[in-house]
Amino acid sequence: MSGPLAQGEPVIPDFGEGSDCVVENRLFCPDWVRDNWAGVLQPALLEHVKLTLIAVAVGFVLSFAAALVTHRFRLAEKPFVAFSAIVYTIPSLALFQLLVPVTGLTVTTVEVALVGYTLLILYRNTLEGLRGVPVDVLEAARGMGLTRRQTLWRVELPLAVPAIMAGLRVAVVSTIALATVAAFVIPQGLGYPIYLALREAFKTEIIVAGALAIGLALVADGLLVVAERALTPWAQTRRVR
Amino acid sequence: MILGLDLGVFADALEFVADERRLILEKTWEHLELSVGAMGLALLLALPLGVWLGHLHRGSFVAVNVANLGRALPSLALIAVGFVLLGVGFWSVALALVVLAVPPILTNAYVAVDGVEADAVEAARGMGMTRWQIVRRVELPLALPLIFAGIRTATVFVVATATIAAVAGGGGLGDIIVNQAAYGLEGVVGAAICVSVLALAADFLLGLVQRALTPAGLRAQAHAFEPDVLTGTSHR
Repeated sequence: MSGPLAQGEPVIPDFGEGSDCVVENRLFCPDWVRDNWAGVLQPALLEHVKLTLIAVAVGFVLSFAAALVTHRFRLAEKPFVAFSAIVYTIPSLALFQLLVPVTGLTVTTVEVALVGYTLLILYRNTLEGLRGVPVDVLEAARGMGLTRRQTLWRVELPLAVPAIMAGLRVAVVSTIALATVAAFVIPQGLGYPIYLALREAFKTEIIVAGALAIGLALVADGLLVVAERALTPWAQTRRVR
Repeated sequence: MILGLDLGVFADALEFVADERRLILEKTWEHLELSVGAMGLALLLALPLGVWLGHLHRGSFVAVNVANLGRALPSLALIAVGFVLLGVGFWSVALALVVLAVPPILTNAYVAVDGVEADAVEAARGMGMTRWQIVRRVELPLALPLIFAGIRTATVFVVATATIAAVAGGGGLGDIIVNQAAYGLEGVVGAAICVSVLALAADFLLGLVQRALTPAGLRAQAHAFEPDVLTGTSHR
């Protein structure tokens, strides 16, 4: 939908005309991207970011809490790992469909599944980070008269940041990739334009939306690396464990 | 109220699976064919490369970044791109699956062989082993559990993504899942159950093999039922 006529008339969609490139369905049509950025691609991108943020935030809170409980009371590790490992192994499309009878064709369905996939990664990394704190350090903390809670918040958690961030990076990147499959359930996210374009085999849309998803994942990963550096100023020169 | 509803759907789904045994078996077979084909090709490509790079202790940058990039690849987009480039059919989908399967296999093979204790390799060299003998008799056996963990990750990945392949005419159990109009919700849920069971079974069986390959001393680290999530290479 381009050409002099189609431009600047968003109110009346012009279904009849497409540029030669779009009509012939060439590999990549920049004009289509220009014309559909605001209407199709940008909203999909924003929805994708939102789906990911909610899933990782909820997943992080759950796994973080579970890891703290496990670390403090040394319980529930095996059942939590077993449960999250099973969820992790179930193919995404199948998990979405299994949840549909329970929560319907809703964002909830998608978020529950996406959260489920983050649990194993985040839990394991948080716990491993907490357990990786050297005994000497813990004894020094006790020697300084820190209470258990103070030790956790001032010593153990800061030292666990690299491991936690490594888990967050994996979780964010894989959630961004997985969220494209949400298109089978709800018309949201970058998967949806791909899903629609597959029916007509419209190449440009598939390639652009796919590239946006990959780009989003790489940008998010980069941001988390920057965040990790900011959170661990003492580790500037050292490699992470 | 809500609970009654879902139990009904799941019961119907199991009934569907029982009634449509032949369809389910046929689709499962297609699913396996696709997964095994893609895994075969991915192993052929990634395993020798990963082992060789690990042996030379070179290319860590490539091996590590391949894993990061592999994780970022959205399976749906990859299937769609394969479809765009190669059209409908087995090979376009198989190619997309190969691209997904290569990173975990390659990275794990690299990390595994690269991490073999230098002393062991030195000793082998001191015994007069050739380079090929060192790879085959020392590095590979010691690296085997970790290499296998990568294969396991890739397999679960491929079985899962083969489901999505249905949108590009790849066949398999996904054919039923994406076609609610023909099979109804009970068919969709039934096929979803089958795919889940297939993935869990594949993971479990490969986990047993992985455990069998792990030397007794290291066995505590390899749980039979715990997918290797490649927990961030920066974390190693």
